Amino acid sequence: MLLLLTVVGFTVLLVICILCIVINLSANKRKGTASVLAVMGSGGHTKEMLSLLSGLGPHYRPRYYVIANTDTMSKQKVEEFEQQKNITENSKPEFSLVLIPRSREVAQSWGSTVLSTLYALFKSFPVVFSCNPDLILCNGPGTCVPICLAGLLLKILRLGRVQIVYVESICRVDTLSMSAWMLYYVADQMLVQWPSLQTKFPRTQYIGKLV
Amino acid sequence: MSSARKRGQNSVFVTVGTTQFEKLTDYVCSSAVLKTLANLGYRKVVVQIGRGRDPLIDTVPGIEVEVYRLKPSITEDIRQASLVISHAGAGSCLETLAANKPLLVVINDDLMNNHQLELAYQLNKDGHLFYCTVSTLVDTLHSVDFSSLKPFPPGQPHKFGQFMDRLFNINN
Repeated sequence: MLLLLTVVGFTVLLVICILCIVINLSANKRKGTASVLAVMGSGGHTKEMLSLLSGLGPHYRPRYYVIANTDTMSKQKVEEFEQQKNITENSKPEFSLVLIPRSREVAQSWGSTVLSTLYALFKSFPVVFSCNPDLILCNGPGTCVPICLAGLLLKILRLGRVQIVYVESICRVDTLSMSAWMLYYVADQMLVQWPSLQTKFPRTQYIGKLV
Repeated sequence: MSSARKRGQNSVFVTVGTTQFEKLTDYVCSSAVLKTLANLGYRKVVVQIGRGRDPLIDTVPGIEVEVYRLKPSITEDIRQASLVISHAGAGSCLETLAANKPLLVVINDDLMNNHQLELAYQLNKDGHLFYCTVSTLVDTLHSVDFSSLKPFPPGQPHKFGQFMDRLFNINN
């Protein structure tokens, strides 16, 4: 029953999203820039993500930040980061915050986790479809899995040409995180920050310590 | 011992992040550890205890102990310390190394499968920190030479930018 409801829900969403995209597509494509959808996570993930974003030049705009609705800390950090970026690049702010429900709070029961994960998936698709970014950038929080799956669907349906880039946390020296396992074949580029990890997982790339 | 004195700095910062690590927070407030630290020339210990219970603080002459639970940022406490004793949490370790402070990581034996140990072991292998367990803390403090630790180079986000520029054919 639940499955059926989900399938019907997704189909309806899909139709709406396709309409949105057809309308948006022509307006969205500007030459020489790349729009970014960055998935923010708790503490360490957010810190690493902002460090990665600091390496991107002014051509990466607009920037959409996906943040769990309970995560006020990341919201604040992103706003500080953007403020700083405006000062150094002397540019107008071109970013927006997209709040989505968190898939699992600490100490939540597994039964309700399944439901809230489905709900998170349900909310992720319209986000990705309406932003239709050139780049989805993520580094490990659970939220990034449904977002990347939505990005993959965009590509399969040939509605977008998004590049999914996954950067594994510097904490991972020998093993991949759960999210990286799940996205190992979904991500177009998977970067790791220790050479030893690259050797174990040949689909990944090591270009140095980034954060 | 003398390195702490030489620089005229003499405080130790103990941090366990947002978790609890009572074995460590209790132990560093005991006379065994406080005497060791006093003998090594330290005059103050600041202990961040996270969600753990309040420790009993032994009185040891010549060394002052300050305890708190959580702060929005531990940057200032790290900056003021001449030695940081930390749990294996990546955030605390990386922040300490970024501040170029000597670091001793205390591994929690109750959390041996924690993936965060990966990073601590690697950073030790590369000579950026020392590690021990609660039971070997005093011996380790006596035996290691913190001045032999190597600085941990900062990350290079511009390399990520170059990688992305190639991917998107963007010429800056």
